[in-house]
Amino acid sequence: MRDFSYAQATSRADAIALAGLPDTMVLAGGTELLNWTRIGVVEPARIVDITRISGMEGVEALPNGGVRIGALTKLNDAAQHPLIRASYPVLSEAILKSASAQIRNLATVGGNPLQRVRCPYFRADEPTPCNKRVPGSGCAALHGFNEKHAIFGWTKDCVAVHPADPPVALAALDAVFITEDKNGGRRLAARKFNVLPSEDPTAHSVLRHGELIVGIEIGGPAPKSAYLKIRERESYEYATVSAAVALDLDGDVIRRARVALGSVAMQPWRLDETERRLVGQKLGSPAIEAAVAAGFVDARPLSSNTYKIKLARNAALRAIELAARA
Amino acid sequence: MSNLGQPITRADGAVKVTGIARYAGDQNQPGQLHAVLVASTVPAGCVSAIDARAALAIPGVSRVLVAVDMPRVHADLDKISVPPLATRFIPMQSHNIVHEGQPVAIVLGESLEAAEAAATIVRVTYERAAFIVPETAAVVSADPKKGSYSMSNALEFNKGNALAAIAAAPVKAGAAYTQPSRHANPMEPSAIIAVWKGDRLTVYDAVQHLPAVQNVMAAVFGLPATSIRVVSPHTGGGFGAKAFVWPHEILAAMAAKVVRRPVKLVLTRQQMYGMVGPQPQMVHDVHLGAGADGKLLGVGHATTNITGVTEDYVEFGAVPGRTFYACDNITTSQRVRRGNVTLPTFMRSPWDGPGSWALGSAMDELARALDMDPLDLRLINYAETDPESGKPWSSKKLREAYEEGARRFGWRTRPKGGTRDGHWRIGYGVADCSQGQARFHSTARIRLKADGTAQIESSFCDIGTGPATIFPQIAGEVLGLDPKRVTAVAGDSDLPYSGPTYGSGTTISTGAAVQQAAQRVRAKLARLAGWPAEEITMRDGQIIHGDKSRTIREVLGEAGVAELVSDGTFDLPGGAPVDMGPPEFPARTFGVIFVEVGVDQELGLLRLRRATGVYSAGRIINPRTARSQMIGGIVWGWGMAAMEASHFEPALGRWLAKDLAGVPLPVNADIPPEIDVGFVDEFDANSGPLGAKGIGELGATGVAAAVANAVYDATGLRIRDLPITPEKILAV
Amino acid sequence: MESKMSEYQTAISRRDLMRGSAMVAAGAMVVAPVDTADASEPVSKRFEALATVQVEVNGVDHQLELQPRVTLLDMLRERLQFTGTKKGCNRGECGACTVLLDGRRVNACLVLAVAANKRKVTTIEGLVDGPHLHPVQQAFIDHDAFQCGFCTSGQIMSAVGCIAEGHTGSNAEIREWMSGNICRCSAYPQVAAAVEAAAREKV
Repeated sequence: MRDFSYAQATSRADAIALAGLPDTMVLAGGTELLNWTRIGVVEPARIVDITRISGMEGVEALPNGGVRIGALTKLNDAAQHPLIRASYPVLSEAILKSASAQIRNLATVGGNPLQRVRCPYFRADEPTPCNKRVPGSGCAALHGFNEKHAIFGWTKDCVAVHPADPPVALAALDAVFITEDKNGGRRLAARKFNVLPSEDPTAHSVLRHGELIVGIEIGGPAPKSAYLKIRERESYEYATVSAAVALDLDGDVIRRARVALGSVAMQPWRLDETERRLVGQKLGSPAIEAAVAAGFVDARPLSSNTYKIKLARNAALRAIELAARA
Repeated sequence: MSNLGQPITRADGAVKVTGIARYAGDQNQPGQLHAVLVASTVPAGCVSAIDARAALAIPGVSRVLVAVDMPRVHADLDKISVPPLATRFIPMQSHNIVHEGQPVAIVLGESLEAAEAAATIVRVTYERAAFIVPETAAVVSADPKKGSYSMSNALEFNKGNALAAIAAAPVKAGAAYTQPSRHANPMEPSAIIAVWKGDRLTVYDAVQHLPAVQNVMAAVFGLPATSIRVVSPHTGGGFGAKAFVWPHEILAAMAAKVVRRPVKLVLTRQQMYGMVGPQPQMVHDVHLGAGADGKLLGVGHATTNITGVTEDYVEFGAVPGRTFYACDNITTSQRVRRGNVTLPTFMRSPWDGPGSWALGSAMDELARALDMDPLDLRLINYAETDPESGKPWSSKKLREAYEEGARRFGWRTRPKGGTRDGHWRIGYGVADCSQGQARFHSTARIRLKADGTAQIESSFCDIGTGPATIFPQIAGEVLGLDPKRVTAVAGDSDLPYSGPTYGSGTTISTGAAVQQAAQRVRAKLARLAGWPAEEITMRDGQIIHGDKSRTIREVLGEAGVAELVSDGTFDLPGGAPVDMGPPEFPARTFGVIFVEVGVDQELGLLRLRRATGVYSAGRIINPRTARSQMIGGIVWGWGMAAMEASHFEPALGRWLAKDLAGVPLPVNADIPPEIDVGFVDEFDANSGPLGAKGIGELGATGVAAAVANAVYDATGLRIRDLPITPEKILAV
Repeated sequence: MESKMSEYQTAISRRDLMRGSAMVAAGAMVVAPVDTADASEPVSKRFEALATVQVEVNGVDHQLELQPRVTLLDMLRERLQFTGTKKGCNRGECGACTVLLDGRRVNACLVLAVAANKRKVTTIEGLVDGPHLHPVQQAFIDHDAFQCGFCTSGQIMSAVGCIAEGHTGSNAEIREWMSGNICRCSAYPQVAAAVEAAAREKV
């Protein structure tokens, strides 16, 4: 790693002040940041460690029936919290299917959405055409090995997917990231947290320099929810495709459905049209499949990932099944 | 009670579970510098300039060595063959680049972090040349002048007229089967610490054969072998990646010589992709012709593997075609495609691992075409003698293994393929396991002490196969000692010469030397006791003759001798360093693997549900360690079948994903507890005095075919291209 | 493709130049970081280029001066000579470097030594109790849960963590929660059996 200097933030205000300095990055779990510095993805001159700040950890029930998770809550702790397990199984499952136990003991819910893409061209130590590494250098994956890459929302400038699992569940749950910066803070919709390449192929998220995620808010409980993750090996691997589904059921009739796909685009992909068409459908009816298919009209394959379209459709269908049984 | 066949716990257990066991990177030396290699980012061409000013400005950075700083390789290296020298192309002897990832500079720092940071800012300018993508290069015959890899086996073989026989056969099967390059990825990245004292070099190295490193280092520097000492008590996994001597080892020793300080070099996981060879990408063309009764009339097995531009590494994947099944008409051939890629090398189960994948799949396709049970097809074509030479096997009890395996697995009563278990479609597959048996000249010394303990001394190394446990069992058997009273001292080239720990040859070779040394010590003890050696037995530290017995202490004390020492050896015919069995009895190990898989065709999931492997592998010295070895082999095969692939990126000319995230290896959750392993009771009287053969690689053969066959059974999809990933099994 | 690459190479050199001018020499003295915003000057002095790190390792306090970029793994292995913890990948992709940090299992290669300041670390060397092996260590021997031994320190520390976390309810749960430790010798079923046995013993 290139050399950097280090400070520990003592409070949120302190963290924001320090994080706002030029060439400065924030350290929480460190499970991504350290690798970025090793590969050369980032080369900060300064690192602010925010892990000693109190009051940013824990899961609290909100008066409106929702829940707020402090940004510094460890992934394992959030996933296994009784409230999350009972009321938001899709999130609990998504977290527990992420990474490894050791990483989940370090990584935080606030840091997790800031994961960057796993595209091997992005992650290479060696110089590689990659607009997210060197703006303007091109996209080697476009005509290269793109079996694991996007089927939605890609452009010729970037075809990578956002690889993390919890954000997919959070997108399905209409979660909101609460941020703070020197001007106050924002409420950012989880489903729009990442930046699509059509807007800016060099960017990862909308989080600004000096802006800190301090918590995540989720609305009312979604007990009929589930997360499905498809990968070649059974654990400790990023998804080929994943699906997060939350259902409101009336008997076996769907009153509301929220369906988000992971690892198919640079952001978790809510199937809005599918959700519309699922309303009023009976579980197990053929209309479910038609509703899912409708969500894929703007799916576009790359040279090597046509299979992902079918796989994602099947994943959505299976996740609906699993959510209904939750 | 015999020591042999006892499942005793590992002798090195305590040091491994406590973190005391030392691997190369743990052997820190006073005054050492940390070396970090700068690797070429272009696949071909040459280095035109290196600007290390910024790198040298980092505090703690001591030197940045470039080509002109390196000593010239001594002419003695010409006398060392390739292998065990992995490649004759030693980087930094010139400015030439032959593959991406080749070392071009060495950064030396007082601290690891200083050297690491400096390595990222050494500015290398290249003159790029056009590079060749090996997978699409022209297919050519291997050149015996480009390394000796091509001479290890037959490049072309013909018995009878296979082409005509296959063409005329009533039933035919076969196709092209492919497998990607795969890196061994042992958990320990290759590492070496080189220390010079005057003209003497000691290296702490991660190896599979200490004397090879010793000889190569001596030749590189023009020194006698006695000037070089290799120390390697433990190696963190070899799997072939540490079998030969790779350039980074030589570079570390050179760097230490130039800066006159110990140099510690630990390759990064990224560098394990570029600087140490993989098993190469291969295409197998297998064609089988059979009568309606299932008897094979003709076998054709032709393989092509990629290699680098410096030497022709040949992966003899066609060996199974001429050794597995009886047939009068067999043709095999081996060819290569050359490109700018890291030179491939042995990987656990070389030759038979790849070949058994292709042939085992083709046999299954033939069975389907014949509408015959694939196990029956194998029984019909059972090779009582070696199909290649016609000679009798050193031993073979494969029929018993088939029977026992089928019984344990429930093969004959298995449900129909494609039966559902929820979303899973279940399939069953079978394939042959077999590995050629290598034997190596080896020696060992035994010291028997007055207190009734003994010490084995030999330069073998430990890569996890358990010699430190098994050899005391062997010596203890001869000397009537509890194995816990016998210590193996190894991993030092100053000790008596041992053959390598690859080719599954350590037990059969060094074990035999240990046995002989023990027998000679026992004979000496008998002489001291005044009894004929053939009339005594030994038990519990006593030497017994009829109804008389004396303790070892008494006998030695009376003779005024502190210890008895004898050397033992395992010699091969003609003084050869290696062979594949005695000339009259070709040696192989055999077995059968049955697997049950689940396929979820909607989600493209393939999962292992259970497996049974039963093996005919000679006498099993320790069933506990042997079982673990076979399980390890089966999991190795699962990885080959279901997930592993190192992709060479053709536009960039390098390995695409150089880490453990982009190249999935099996994890614990992939492997069910129901892996059942069994051994047929067998004593191989012809391969060596122990009756044992080798098992380290046998378990990894056949698995990929069994899995592909099971996938076919479950889904009707015949996958001929590994690995079997979601896109290949997703229902259309 | 060629022209794309050469454009790309030019872009790289530009970046190198920019980076070169911002180089900060770190060393034995604390140097003021390059910083152009005057208003933030007092804030930026909070950053240390060289930090004093106090870590308790296996019950013993250690104090070192380290650059912030030194990982807990490299501090343990290269500075404190606790070579029992292994470096398998240095990216958090294999688990060989697993240690306990304040009693929780983590990958030491993903923790900066400075971030572990005033915290407690347990390595494999800290498990033995005098001449007695920890029950997990003994279980690994009894179940032949290792071969080459290189991943073993990480497996054992991970197992200790797994048992403390309570994820040993079934063989399947153990296998899932131990999947963060890759073993190439593939002693997986034996590892799971060892963890199961050790977990039963502790209860």
